[in-house]
Amino acid sequence: MANNGTLDGNVPEGPLSDKWTNYKANAKLINPANKRKYKVIVVGSGLAGGSAAATLSELGYQVKCFCYQDSPRRAHSIAAQGGINAAKNYQNDGDSVWRLFYDTIKGGDFRSREANVHRLAEVSVNIIDQCVAQGVPFAREYGGLLDNRSFGGAQVSRTFYARGQTGQQLLIGCYQALEKEIEKGGVEMHTRTEMMDLVLVDGHAKGIVVRDLKTGEISSHAADCVILATGGYGNVFFLSTNAMGCNVMAAFRASKRGAYMANPCYTQIHPTCIPVSGDYQSKLTLMSESLRNDGRIWVPKSADDAKKIREGQMTAADVAEEDRDYYLERKYPSFGNLAPRDISSRSAKEVCDEGRGVAKTGLGVFLDFSDAIERLGEDTIRARYDNLFQMYEKITGDNPYKTPMMIYPAVHYTMGGLWVDYNLMSNLPGLHVLGEANFSDHGANRLGASALMQGLADGYFVIPSTLPSYLADQKPGTVTTDAPEFQEAEKAVKERIEKLINIKGKRTVDDFHRELGLLVWDECGMERTKEGLQKALKRIPEIRKEFWENVFIPGDADGVNMELEKAGRVADFIDFAEVMCYDALDREESCGGHFRAEYQFTEKDEDVQSGYTNPGEAKRRDEDFMYVSAWEVAENGGEPTLHKEPLNYEEVKPSVRSYK
Amino acid sequence: MNLTLKVWRQKHADDPGKITTYEAKDIPEEASFLEMLDITNTQILEDGGEPIHFDHDCREGICGMCSLTINGVPHSKEMGITTCQVHMRKFRDGDTIWIEPFRAKAFPVVKDLMVDRSAFDRIIAAGGYIDVRTGSAPDANAIPIAKDDALEAFSAAACIGCGACVAACKNASAMLFTGAKVTHLNTLPQGQPEKDKRVLSMVRQMDEEGFGNCTNQYECEAVCPKSISADVISQLNRDYAAASARELSDS
Repeated sequence: MANNGTLDGNVPEGPLSDKWTNYKANAKLINPANKRKYKVIVVGSGLAGGSAAATLSELGYQVKCFCYQDSPRRAHSIAAQGGINAAKNYQNDGDSVWRLFYDTIKGGDFRSREANVHRLAEVSVNIIDQCVAQGVPFAREYGGLLDNRSFGGAQVSRTFYARGQTGQQLLIGCYQALEKEIEKGGVEMHTRTEMMDLVLVDGHAKGIVVRDLKTGEISSHAADCVILATGGYGNVFFLSTNAMGCNVMAAFRASKRGAYMANPCYTQIHPTCIPVSGDYQSKLTLMSESLRNDGRIWVPKSADDAKKIREGQMTAADVAEEDRDYYLERKYPSFGNLAPRDISSRSAKEVCDEGRGVAKTGLGVFLDFSDAIERLGEDTIRARYDNLFQMYEKITGDNPYKTPMMIYPAVHYTMGGLWVDYNLMSNLPGLHVLGEANFSDHGANRLGASALMQGLADGYFVIPSTLPSYLADQKPGTVTTDAPEFQEAEKAVKERIEKLINIKGKRTVDDFHRELGLLVWDECGMERTKEGLQKALKRIPEIRKEFWENVFIPGDADGVNMELEKAGRVADFIDFAEVMCYDALDREESCGGHFRAEYQFTEKDEDVQSGYTNPGEAKRRDEDFMYVSAWEVAENGGEPTLHKEPLNYEEVKPSVRSYK
Repeated sequence: MNLTLKVWRQKHADDPGKITTYEAKDIPEEASFLEMLDITNTQILEDGGEPIHFDHDCREGICGMCSLTINGVPHSKEMGITTCQVHMRKFRDGDTIWIEPFRAKAFPVVKDLMVDRSAFDRIIAAGGYIDVRTGSAPDANAIPIAKDDALEAFSAAACIGCGACVAACKNASAMLFTGAKVTHLNTLPQGQPEKDKRVLSMVRQMDEEGFGNCTNQYECEAVCPKSISADVISQLNRDYAAASARELSDS
């Protein structure tokens, strides 16, 4: 793979804790009278896109916002259950901006950019202020002050929450701010509209081509810059906790125009999801990680017992206490059931691979509340988790108060995304990327309650301050949709749609998607190997070829056609999967959500002998892989070109991550 | 299990539409209702037909996008769930199931079972917010909120904007939806400065969109997937009356 030099993250000078303050003090500004001359396109209306669109409109920019859903309120940020972190230290338990920064860097397995993460921790406190002022009903104590809980392996209580609906409440706050700006005329909202291509004029991102999902009409929109806040690519795996419509098309279209795709192999597998039950399944349901605060995770010690449970000859209750393996408590005594997501997920896979899994498919472990019910009483458990227990019962038909839940890891979040610098601008001038769609803050693994924080940090507080760095050098309104680049892009979009419609093959879009998803889940999921990735890279071009010859899309491109919508997205997932596998192949180390079986600790390692870490843990190779992989996508699929951004740790000394 | 589906098919907004019958075969009882439709759609596609269009996204009961009227009831006759949370184990082999869109004058059909609920967005835009410029907020703990008030606001804020309340109401009233937002924001200290303006503008917008009035049938409450109480309608009426009186006396 070719390597074309290094990328510069444009991190400001100065000590880490002063960088953002200094940046703002020296940043370019646009005066209020001029702001209204600039047009900004925002694609996506979740926490990142919605907050950016609302805030930029408040500042005076002319904003156009696009989403594929029927309302901006439905973006998938809404489904986040657990909470949002902020370094408020309201609990007086020793939290600070530094500690949130450090936990995030360590949680990301030392693969994120220090300066971005520190900025994230700094603005986290402003987010909570903003949301409370908007009326977000966070949980409160009897004294009327905000409540916090500990979440996702943190040793302080810094997570703000709203029952199991934190994402919903934050998004509704953000959506209301957006609707307020729509009413005032600052934002022109386009719902049920999908971005089909990015338009570059003289190398700068100056607009997009979209399809109206109701009428099928293709149209162009020009602006002075483009912001993508289009979420993650978890649905490349077909089954994930993402909403059905979540897709990588906008980001991947930008890649096809030259934006680099960074660290696509960093995908997060969430440990607590309801196991797969059959081929018909369309999505996986997450059970909030908060359950791990009181639930104990176990499988039988013997594979025989597990087999009997799978076949219905035995139940969980029949397994004696001494025959149970509480494997997280055993391997990670100080974190126990609260070990970070990547570690918990991989441990579940390990015990299932050993034949000790319990669901019918063999892919499931118990999450058992019986001890907690005995200790705290059923009423307390009901008060804490009843909505989750009910949800579980609705889906599985089992009552978790009586029998242990069964869980298994599922694809949940993607840390990789379009490469951005400190300004959140990609390598394409004018193209900015926010939230899950960028790669910037979570390194190789994201901590619980940090996704909501990042989305809102990017939209409310970072982009409003960094966008002028680009816009101040641009004369507003110079590009219109009359530019030939728009006509060319529209033509290409129409040709692609026509091509898809005219294939009239034999296989459904979902059938291709399912095949691709299974392949990447097997070869580029929780555990990757060189052989497996090479196998996937051989198979993906075959799937692509068959897709473009044999996919069946009924009807035409005028009006609503959901098969056509899905086909466009799956076509990009196929190409994207290839880049993801190339990235996983290139990264010959294990870190966070990327586990290469060849690189793990063994009994021979000093850190294992000393008892600092366990055999089987991820082994980073800092000397060779302390960089961000930014991929330049090839024109027609195939091998992408690697660009590297070296990661320089100035303040934190990367260490072996131990949660023992 | 095998089922007979009676499904509303309508090509576009101006098409009169009609009920079409489908046989759904070999449906596993673990499947969700929408997965049953996925399986049926695969069968339709394999026969070269056009699949049944319906809105859906998160499939875990929170985004508010799914919106089917199943056997005459928006979402489900089971309390407190959305369409996507309906599971096939609740049905029996051989059942006939009627599937229609959320019907209301203010929710025109887009295609088949998809409807346009943008009227809800416009009601929110009319005043369903607290106008606080980003960056201008005081410290989050500066204003303590009594736990009971916080809980009341929270219960109302649980609304997912699905529109089942409107579809269930014989008057196609949006008062549960509007009342929920007014109750959420008007209960909080942060919502006080815009309290009157909020309720007056939102109710005016609601009327303009063509939603009907409440005649106390409580169908809305019964189908609300988030179990929002019709008390929010009383709150809406009280706040509206008080705000109207103040508006009159000020003019």
